[in-house]
Order: sequence, then structure tokens, then C-alpha cells
Amino acid sequence: MSAFIAIALTLVAVAAVVVVMTDDPARQAVSLSVYGVLLAVLFMALTAPDVALSQIGVGTAIVPLMVMLAIRKMRDRS
Amino acid sequence: MTRSARIAMFLVAGGCVAALLVLGVLDLPHFGSAVHPYRDASLAAAVAHKTSNVISSINFDLRALDTLGEETILLASVIGVTVLLRPADDEEEHRPVGEGRLLDSTRMVGYLFLPITVMIGLLTVAHGAVTPGGGFQGGVVVGTGIHLLYVAGSYRALERARPVGAAELGEAVGAGAFACMGIAGALAAGSFLGDVLPLGAFGDLFSSGSVLLLSVAVGVEVASAVVVLLAQFLHQAVEVTGDGKESA
Amino acid sequence: MRVYAYLVAVFVLLVGAFGIVRSRNLVHAVVCLSIAQSGTYVMLLAVGYQSRATPPVFGSPATKPSKSTVEPLVQAMTLTDIVVSATVTALLLAVAVQVHKRHGTVDPNELAALRG
Repeated sequence: MSAFIAIALTLVAVAAVVVVMTDDPARQAVSLSVYGVLLAVLFMALTAPDVALSQIGVGTAIVPLMVMLAIRKMRDRS
Repeated sequence: MTRSARIAMFLVAGGCVAALLVLGVLDLPHFGSAVHPYRDASLAAAVAHKTSNVISSINFDLRALDTLGEETILLASVIGVTVLLRPADDEEEHRPVGEGRLLDSTRMVGYLFLPITVMIGLLTVAHGAVTPGGGFQGGVVVGTGIHLLYVAGSYRALERARPVGAAELGEAVGAGAFACMGIAGALAAGSFLGDVLPLGAFGDLFSSGSVLLLSVAVGVEVASAVVVLLAQFLHQAVEVTGDGKESA
Repeated sequence: MRVYAYLVAVFVLLVGAFGIVRSRNLVHAVVCLSIAQSGTYVMLLAVGYQSRATPPVFGSPATKPSKSTVEPLVQAMTLTDIVVSATVTALLLAVAVQVHKRHGTVDPNELAALRG
């Protein structure tokens, strides 16, 4: 197993802990986006270009955007 | 159950699950091994069907029935979101006032990249059978690219450029087209979701039978699903307020 | 090193589950669920990986298909899973928004209907 894959795996594990330990959901949307990019890098290292393409579009752009919109809706209401 | 009791119970149960998973994982073939029976079988089948992208061949040809199930999950989730995010009786809609401050460079980058991103998405969908890509990835890229207009412009510009009714229709058409292709395949080739187009040469754009058409159907559905989902959330967050409060 | 990738996948799954358990906000719990799901993607791709093998795509004009590629079946499963579970996450966020509208709070400890 190459060093690059080992580093990518470690970064993903650390980023997962960071996302889970971020308590404010608005900040969590940003760290989720960074986690999505790191996950896409890991998928590329594991020679899975199709999966990395899906992950970049979905995990980096769409899900954090929906999380931020949901939070904004709740903040307007309260 | 209080929060600390819940956490304590999870630490015990999670520890047991972790121990079981680690024991199971230690028995797997080591990471990077060369024994992959499904790889040998699907590679042979994809080359026989003249498809260069083996993953698209699995999704739209060898296991196309599973993709039909996934499309149905997509359709059901979007219907669920549309129903849940309807404005309630005590809420009113109103036009958003003002746009907020926007850097000129952001506006330029957004306007520059919108046609490029949409074009890349359409190319990814169309070349699903030969290059990395396919309906799912290309649909996500197109759906996200359209919303660069919201980032670079204003919500009103996005509303004019993106008809939600057409997106809802497009989603239903995409899912229905997939099922109809299945029936057409049953009539033309004798099996549900069989090939209706000729197989062509390995590596050509118009090869591998029905993979191109199914990829386009899925691309239309996924792009429309992304547009409808983001439209519902944006509508709720930007335009709908409760208790008669102002929102910008 | 032979099992490091699998252990990372198991770790990410359990970290996501822990996040759901200790969460004070339903939106935070939904994001942690998404983290747990990504642990399973890492596991699937790690099972299918082969060292020094090509990706299972042969391009246009096609290169000669080689016998040693990484496993395409798990990649096909993972990529459809990513897109579909994003829409299910949207459904869960819509439920959280509705809960906030009806009860005024999204703290799971305060929602009486969820009290065990």
C-alpha cells in the first residue's frame, strides 16, 4: 500500500472526527464540504474516478448547501 | 433516557460492535490483493457487450434492474421533500428584498463557469459508455452548475432561468423513460432492459447498445431531482416566512 | 498495513454513529449520519482495490482491455449509493425543518414525542 493512500486514509479519519465534533450546524456544513473533498482525493487514490466524480458534486456542493438552507430556515423562524 | 445514559450505553454497545467488526476485518484478503472474482466476470461481460466503461456497463446493462430501483428511491425522496416543504397555512410568501453584497470577482467567476459546467455535465452524460461518467455523475454536475446562477446573480435571476415545473416534469419523464426502455428491450431483444440499439465497436461513442439511452434517461432524472430539491429548500429559506416577519 | 484501510472504514462508521448519539441538534445528527454512510463507501472501495492495477475504464478510442483492473462492481454500487443517499439526506433535512416549525426546537432531548 503506497504512502499516498495511507496519508489520504489518515486525513479522512481525522476529518471525520472534526466534522462530528463540530457542534454548530452552520460550521459543520463547511467542514462537511472539506471532508467531501478529502474523500474525493481518497477515492482518486484508490483508482475510482467515477466515484470521485460523484462525491465531488454531491458531498462538496449539494449536501452542504441543503444543510445551510435548512439552518437558515430554522433561524428565520425562531 | 438522559443524554449521558445514552452515551454510556453507546460506549458499551459500540465497543462490542467495534470488536466484532475488527475481528471480521482481520479475516478479509489483505488490502490490494489480486483475487477479485466479480472483476473477472464483469470485465468479460462488458467487453462482450462492447462497452469501454465497465462501471457504466454494470449500472446500465448487466445490473440495470438495480438502477431502476435506485431511480425509484430518488423519485420517492424528491416527492417526499416536495410534500414536506410546502408552505404551511400560517406562512406567507413574499419577494426577497435586496441581494446582499457580492464581489465582482465572484460574479464573474460564476457567469464564466456556468456554461462550462453545464456543458461538461452534458458531455459526461453523453459519453457515459466510454469515459468515466454516466447519468448519475453528469446529472449532478448539470444540476449544480445551474445553481451557479444563484451564487453569481440573484435569486430572481435563478427563478427566471430555472422553471421548476419543467424540472418536476423532467424527473417523471426520466424515470418513466427508464421503465419504457426496459419494456422496449423486452420487445426487441427478449429480456427486460435488453439492448434496442446495435452494439457497435469497442470504444466508439455510439456503442454498447442501450447504455447511452439509459444513461441519458438517468442524467435527465438526476439533474431534475437536484434542481427540484434545491428549489424547495431555496423557496423555503428565501421566500417563505411565518408570523409575518420580514426576511431578506 | 494490510488491514489499515478496513480499520479506517470501521472507525469512520463508528465515529458517525457516536456523533448521532451525542448530538444536541437534529441537523447535526443528519450530518453525522452522512459521515457514517461515507465509512461504508471507504470499506467497499478498499475491498475492491488491487495494487498497481488500472481503473476499469478503457476510454475512447479504446485502449486494450487489461486483465488487472480494480473491482468495478463495488465502484458501481458506491457511486449510485452516493447520489441516492444525498436525496435521502434531503428528505431527513426536510423532516427536521418541519419538526422545527411544529415544535419550535430541534433538540432531541427536548422533543417530547421522541422521549424513550
